[in-house]
Amino acid sequence: MTTSSLPPTARLALHGIRKVYPGVVANDGIDLAVAPGEIHAVLGENGAGKSTLMKIIYGVTRPSAGEIRWEGQAVTVRDPAHARELGIGMVFQHFSLFETLTVAENVALALPGRPELRELSRRIEEVSARYGLPVDPRRTVHALSVGERQRVEIVRCLLQQPRLLIMDEPTSVLTPQAVEKLFETLRRLAAEGCSILYISHKLDEIRALCHSATVLRGGRVSGHCRPAEETPASMARMMIGKDLPHCEHGPAQGGGEIRLRLAGLSHASDDPYGVDLRDLHLEVRAGEIVGIAGVSGNGQQELLRAISGEERLAEKHPVQICGAEAGRLSAGARRRLGLCFVPEERLGRGAVPALPLVDNGLLTAARGQGLVRAGFLARGKARAFAERCIATFDVRGGGADAAAQSLSGGNLQKFIMGREILQAPKLLVAAQPTWGVDVGAAAFIRQAIIDLRNRGCAVLVISEELDELFEICDRIAVIAQGRLSPPRDIGEASMEEIGLWMSGLWPGAGTSAPNTAGEAAHA
Amino acid sequence: MLRLEARPQASRLMTWLSPLLAAVLTLAAGGVLFALLGKDPAEGLRLFLIAPLKDLYGLSELLLKATPLMLCATGLAIGFRANIWNIGAEGQFMLGAVGATGIALWAGESESALVLPGMLLGGALAGAAWAAIPAWLKTRFNANEILVSLMLVYVAQLLVSWLVFGPWKDPQGFNFPQTVMFADAALLPVLVDGTRLHLGLLFALAALVAAYVFMYRSHAGFRMRVAGEAPDAARYAGFSARRTIWTGLLCGGAAAGLAGMAEVAGPMGQLTDKLSLGYGFAAIIVAFVGRLHPLGIFLASLLMALLYIGGEQVQQYMNLPNSIALVFQGLLLFFLLGADVFIRYRLRFGSEAAGA
Amino acid sequence: MEGNLFTAVLFATVVAGTPLILTALGLLVNERAGVLNLGAEGMMAVGAVAAFATAHHSGSPWLGVLAGLVAGAAMALVFGFLAITLQANQVASGLALAICGVGLAAFVGKPYESLALPAVPPIRLPFIADIPLLGEALYNQQALVYASWALFWAVLYFLYRSRAGLVLRAVGESPAAAHAIGHPVVLIRYLAVAFGGAMAGVGGAFLSVFYTPMWVEGMVAGRGWIALALVVFATWRPLRVMLGAYLFGGVMVSQLFVQGAGLQIDFPSQFLSSLPYLATIVVLVAISRNPATIRLNSPLSLGKPYRPDA
Repeated sequence: MTTSSLPPTARLALHGIRKVYPGVVANDGIDLAVAPGEIHAVLGENGAGKSTLMKIIYGVTRPSAGEIRWEGQAVTVRDPAHARELGIGMVFQHFSLFETLTVAENVALALPGRPELRELSRRIEEVSARYGLPVDPRRTVHALSVGERQRVEIVRCLLQQPRLLIMDEPTSVLTPQAVEKLFETLRRLAAEGCSILYISHKLDEIRALCHSATVLRGGRVSGHCRPAEETPASMARMMIGKDLPHCEHGPAQGGGEIRLRLAGLSHASDDPYGVDLRDLHLEVRAGEIVGIAGVSGNGQQELLRAISGEERLAEKHPVQICGAEAGRLSAGARRRLGLCFVPEERLGRGAVPALPLVDNGLLTAARGQGLVRAGFLARGKARAFAERCIATFDVRGGGADAAAQSLSGGNLQKFIMGREILQAPKLLVAAQPTWGVDVGAAAFIRQAIIDLRNRGCAVLVISEELDELFEICDRIAVIAQGRLSPPRDIGEASMEEIGLWMSGLWPGAGTSAPNTAGEAAHA
Repeated sequence: MLRLEARPQASRLMTWLSPLLAAVLTLAAGGVLFALLGKDPAEGLRLFLIAPLKDLYGLSELLLKATPLMLCATGLAIGFRANIWNIGAEGQFMLGAVGATGIALWAGESESALVLPGMLLGGALAGAAWAAIPAWLKTRFNANEILVSLMLVYVAQLLVSWLVFGPWKDPQGFNFPQTVMFADAALLPVLVDGTRLHLGLLFALAALVAAYVFMYRSHAGFRMRVAGEAPDAARYAGFSARRTIWTGLLCGGAAAGLAGMAEVAGPMGQLTDKLSLGYGFAAIIVAFVGRLHPLGIFLASLLMALLYIGGEQVQQYMNLPNSIALVFQGLLLFFLLGADVFIRYRLRFGSEAAGA
Repeated sequence: MEGNLFTAVLFATVVAGTPLILTALGLLVNERAGVLNLGAEGMMAVGAVAAFATAHHSGSPWLGVLAGLVAGAAMALVFGFLAITLQANQVASGLALAICGVGLAAFVGKPYESLALPAVPPIRLPFIADIPLLGEALYNQQALVYASWALFWAVLYFLYRSRAGLVLRAVGESPAAAHAIGHPVVLIRYLAVAFGGAMAGVGGAFLSVFYTPMWVEGMVAGRGWIALALVVFATWRPLRVMLGAYLFGGVMVSQLFVQGAGLQIDFPSQFLSSLPYLATIVVLVAISRNPATIRLNSPLSLGKPYRPDA
């Protein structure tokens, strides 16, 4: 009777789902229904409660209250195994694959019983051919690209013939061309009667793919709609309650001195699962923002460590910071040359989770800001610095004594940004500056980066979000398989072209890497 | 139904209540243990806790036993805070004793005022040198410092054994495995007449204060703390991992070596093969129970010293093996680690839905 | 004479290597599930005492082995409760187990210190024991020596041929991913930890009931730690554990070599006794100097606590 307002044929119906974590209500009174063969979007910005809701449906976590109906029957999804028994499959945003095992072993682990590996490999090939998801069952997962890994996840789900497939932000790891390909697969699945729950915050994609959408805001449903009948602006209003903010950009000044030069940077990764950098060339000048696009896992981490000094090189000249050959310098020495760096991982790298913001301010600003005297900490000055970061960058939540881990992602990122920018860097390197950050904070951070450029700083931004790069950058280059494309002025670049480059196909790019070729053929 | 619920923030209160809870649970378990062994629990606990403290001499013995624990644990804590797991303090303690003994034997009957400072230096340096082996092997070859420092405990024990059975054996010692008694100039002065409490206690207190300043006031201490809390953040900020490893191990080694020196130049007055009562291992427990904080270490070392003395009392009056002290010490650490769960979680009754 | 010496040394090497094999194979399975239990020394000590006491009172060495197994597993479960359920630091919990186990063994074992058990006769395997040189050394051994070989094959099969082993390896690599596809991570880790403890207990039992056979405080003498180092040295692979264990067994009986070679120089016995510990360090250095070797072979979640999201 609780489902009287929902269509009787719903494959999955949620009613009044509520989930409370200590101190946070992640989901509150969520209703949602998905029909057979329907592609249903769950839309919302970071922290709106999408992931929690999916974990509840898939049995990873239990709701505090509310009802789940599966094909008309009220069910309690005990755990993921139970969810799969019911016919629910899920493709995770952060893949749940085992790197040291082969594709076939990974699939076998998720299937009931004791599948025989050779027979299973045959079935994997069959399904991957049928849905246009090429994977080789014999390969070890750590050797696969992110796109290939996602295909493995999807194939693994499809082998269980799910009647509901949950896709959690599936396109964040794909090139625009690969996204198109994925959509074809999903449409085929839907046509065969499989329901799809598609979680995303990307409005264009939802309009292109989904039949219907449920919009979440602050853990509650803020609206249902048919994406095809909406504009991105109208959906954005449902998602964040106001219009999407835009940055004040202004033209690049150009012609400034070179602050960062990569001169044939090559570096073999120590990590057997890492990517080798091969002959990278780039110049970043004062007063411009250069962006590096690319699918994750193509050498971004290695490049950032080589620039920041967390990984030292064998030679001096390949990395030049503000005119100095810095390849063999430590991270601290490079900071003294005028480099500041905002890493991708906020907790545990950019900030120490358990320490208060005062101490996190000390982390990188101790020497440059005079927060240390004769080897001893100047506590008062450190506090004043942290408070300045908090005030200037509108960091909310607890003040200077709050532990870094108690802040929301957006506020912590604003603090780290503030800490780096207030040191008046000559060169700022930022990785994924708005990853996992709410829309308001993201706009604030982008504006801060642009303002910094306008004050004459050289900025390098490495991001997997093409939209973001096109919004803030003056020039853009692409990293693929440890190689770097030549940069392009943003006015002359198109999303399609950069997307193609992300498969490693830019003019003059070597075709030596087989993996690149495979990706490209697929795209 | 009982269940654990994550706290939004780690509880500072529980951080300090947890050792107390662990101590109480250890006593309770001790009482049960006495009962199981057919002894009177009240009498057993009285022997353990009250009897050793009944007079000045008892108190002095407590401080005497606490001295090496305090020193070793202080050094270890500096490393542990940076995730440098030096568990070979026992070996570094022995090397400290060997270094100091070497100087004392070399000085012979000399009455120079430099003998003691020389022994002090020799002990600390020898302990630090022993700890430098795992430090070097870790920074140079990435070898696990836990296993290396531990293996060196056995080697140190064998080294002491060789010395006191061989080249350093007292020729008039009736073949006992021990050196000659040190000359007066090589003995630490006694602090309170009529007791064995010696100057080493002041070394330990000074080490605690120095460690506090280092840990909480210096930039180097801050860097080590970051290295322990979040190694990636330390690398990001440009803090040298090598320096962290070296500092952590050398501090631990020097402090343990000092403790070893204080033991031979204090209550023992010579080197024997029964040098340590496991102080280096007990100090690991002291460091944890003391929350890696100098004040906590001070209190925890008193508690652990009490357990040592209690063990002797129980052996004497109840005819139980004194290794019961080891059982109590182990239980203390177990209960501490268990009680620590309440720092991050709280106990809730009823099902999750009801709690929501 | 030469042949006799060879046989004697080989025999002694196999015997000395056996407790290491038993313990290290158990730890290997344990670590493959992603749990680092540094308490092997304590579990071996408690296993040794439990086995000795039981064998002494019951007169049956086999009941002794069973007691060692149960005692080792029980100690491991205490560790498991701390490290898995309560998510305490695995290094600290393992150290606690090592210290506590050694202390408990010393305490419980005190009354047994002056006693000795009757030697258990070896089992002579028909025919192959008659092979010259090798037969007497390899096939006229204690039953537990043969059991250690069986354990090796069982672990090998389990890890690489069985589905349960695949699940175990998956849990050790990424408990979160294993949980997400529906495997009971906590249960699997408990079982692995209990197995590690049980085997360490049997290793201890071998020492006190078959090898010496008596109980003396400190008789485990670092073998638990050496077994831990062996697992690293073996890069978590069973065959290398076997090789490493016999290598160490050989080092431990090096006195035999020296005496057999008829060296009459005045060589301090302490130096020979320290060889196994020095060898452990050398071996650790040799295997650790290339970080990629460890990174590629170690279970990726080793030592990291995991709690399923409630």
